[in-house]
Amino acid sequence: MISSEVVISVKDLTKKFGNFTAVDHISFDVRKGEIFGFLGANGAGKTTAMRMLCGLSFPTSGDGRVDGYDIITQSEEVKKHIGYMSQKFSLYENLTVAENIRLFCTIYGMSNKEIKEQSTRLYSYLDMEGMEKKLVKDIPVGWKQKLAFSVATMHNPAVVFLDEPTGGVDPITRRKFWELIYEVSSKGVTVFVTTHYLDEAEYCDRISIMVDGQIAALNSPEGLKQEFHAETMDEVFRKVASQAKRTE
Amino acid sequence: MQIRILAALLRKEVLLMKRNPIIPKIVIMMPLMVMLVLPLIANLDVKNVNIVIVDNDRSQLSRRIISDISHNGYLRVEAIEGNHTEALKIIEDGKADVILTIPYDYSKNVTSQSSHLDIEANGVNATKGMLGAQYVTQSVVGTLTQWRELQDPNIVVPEISVINRYNPTLNFKNYMIPALMVVLLIIICGFLPTLNLVSEKETGTIEAMNVTPVGKLTFVLSKLIPFWVIGLLVITVGILVGGFVYGLWPVGNVLAVYLATILFTLLMSGLGVVIANGSSTMLQSIFVMFAFIIVFQLMGGLFTPIASMPEWAQIITYGVPPRYFIEIMRSVYLKGTSVSELWVQYIALFGYALVLCVLAALTYKKQS
Repeated sequence: MISSEVVISVKDLTKKFGNFTAVDHISFDVRKGEIFGFLGANGAGKTTAMRMLCGLSFPTSGDGRVDGYDIITQSEEVKKHIGYMSQKFSLYENLTVAENIRLFCTIYGMSNKEIKEQSTRLYSYLDMEGMEKKLVKDIPVGWKQKLAFSVATMHNPAVVFLDEPTGGVDPITRRKFWELIYEVSSKGVTVFVTTHYLDEAEYCDRISIMVDGQIAALNSPEGLKQEFHAETMDEVFRKVASQAKRTE
Repeated sequence: MQIRILAALLRKEVLLMKRNPIIPKIVIMMPLMVMLVLPLIANLDVKNVNIVIVDNDRSQLSRRIISDISHNGYLRVEAIEGNHTEALKIIEDGKADVILTIPYDYSKNVTSQSSHLDIEANGVNATKGMLGAQYVTQSVVGTLTQWRELQDPNIVVPEISVINRYNPTLNFKNYMIPALMVVLLIIICGFLPTLNLVSEKETGTIEAMNVTPVGKLTFVLSKLIPFWVIGLLVITVGILVGGFVYGLWPVGNVLAVYLATILFTLLMSGLGVVIANGSSTMLQSIFVMFAFIIVFQLMGGLFTPIASMPEWAQIITYGVPPRYFIEIMRSVYLKGTSVSELWVQYIALFGYALVLCVLAALTYKKQS
């Protein structure tokens, strides 16, 4: 369910670390409800770009707006309206499942009643009944990722940022994870996801491929295949990523 | 609403601390160990000073001097030698600390101006040598005074009596116990918040916090308040051990001790958070904290009195916050001084605590 409303708007966003330009004048728009995939080789600048959009890192130059808020001057407002999940350590390993949920939901201003209702619903949805008193470090990686995703979306954010959410996860769990993504997307939540898995790229509405800090290609999966005369996304990626000049 | 967030964050800190395998034990065991063992060891009283006497006089007076020395509780006569070379050899062998040389005809000349005794101290162990020489002098002066009285009952010998106020027996433990509590607070309230915050950086959970709308001040408070409570716990253990084991209770109001502790723990954990904000690994933060702690311990007047430091160093100690806390602790503990008499020290502690806590909140960056 993609509307015409623009949720993320980026113009000439740049981040330099000393002489190194990690993100080099990127511009794009993401619409409400879209699943926007961010592809690129290691060190292409995906994570850096995402961190700027989440208000974790100041851009060197350029502008960006997320859900109508400026990422430079209103970064704390941005944070109220987004969810964020990184590949690792989004949750406290030594807190139980329930304690983690309660902590993060309280920070996002949810009432105790809401937290209780939502978490009961979540446990049954994720088949996690009986696991709520387990420490997060004791549950399998796949569960952790699903839980982290759910925690990042419980407060109904406008955008959820996922930084390589399925790294190290088995194919079945990955499939299940993408079902979760579709579910929140169908409710109008915009999903911004970085990934290395090209089968996952096929699931996205639109994909941007970053090369050397710049956006080398941006289109729907079908559009990209046509554009690069390729059969699969894998081929597209290899054709685009081979333009890279810099090494890690 | 931030109050509710703060409560949630504090709950998280308590749960994580409870589940930490080491921290709860350290908080209880360290004060107990330090308070039970260190006052017995960290003692600057010098006993058993070994002394070699070169008696060239061999008179009634010299025998008296030797006999008085050998009955002195702090001195032990190692040997009585006939010449100085032999005595020096004993010092070189490390068997004695002080040489007392009584010259020829000392007893005949004792009333004249020109009479003198030689006391030589081994400076390798400076404290022992210095104090040893002093003990010998005291002992000899005592003997001479008595001797003169016997020779001429009419002579008026000025009597000098020394009374040590506030610590009547000059018990070194009474001096050390309040200071050891300060050492404990410096270490526990300085290191724990630093390590806590840097470990969140190392595991990456701080990122998960930074991407939420949690307020900077709220987050920093959630890192300060737990260690404030721990500080009060530590000082309570300290006071109880000091009282029940060593019989040393504060002469002044115990609340004066707590007030100073509240300010000091806030100050130390504020410093800890500032250091953690500036470091990205535990190793870095530990090294920086160590640098501060060494200065705090050596310049705060814990072991070496500030009054005997060189003047420039004394000026520096005004910038060493534990100095004020130690002054408060010793005055309240031994003299029973009240808060209003120590207002300068309390204001100084308050000032440092305020500055460091503000600095902790300012140096904490959610966005890099």
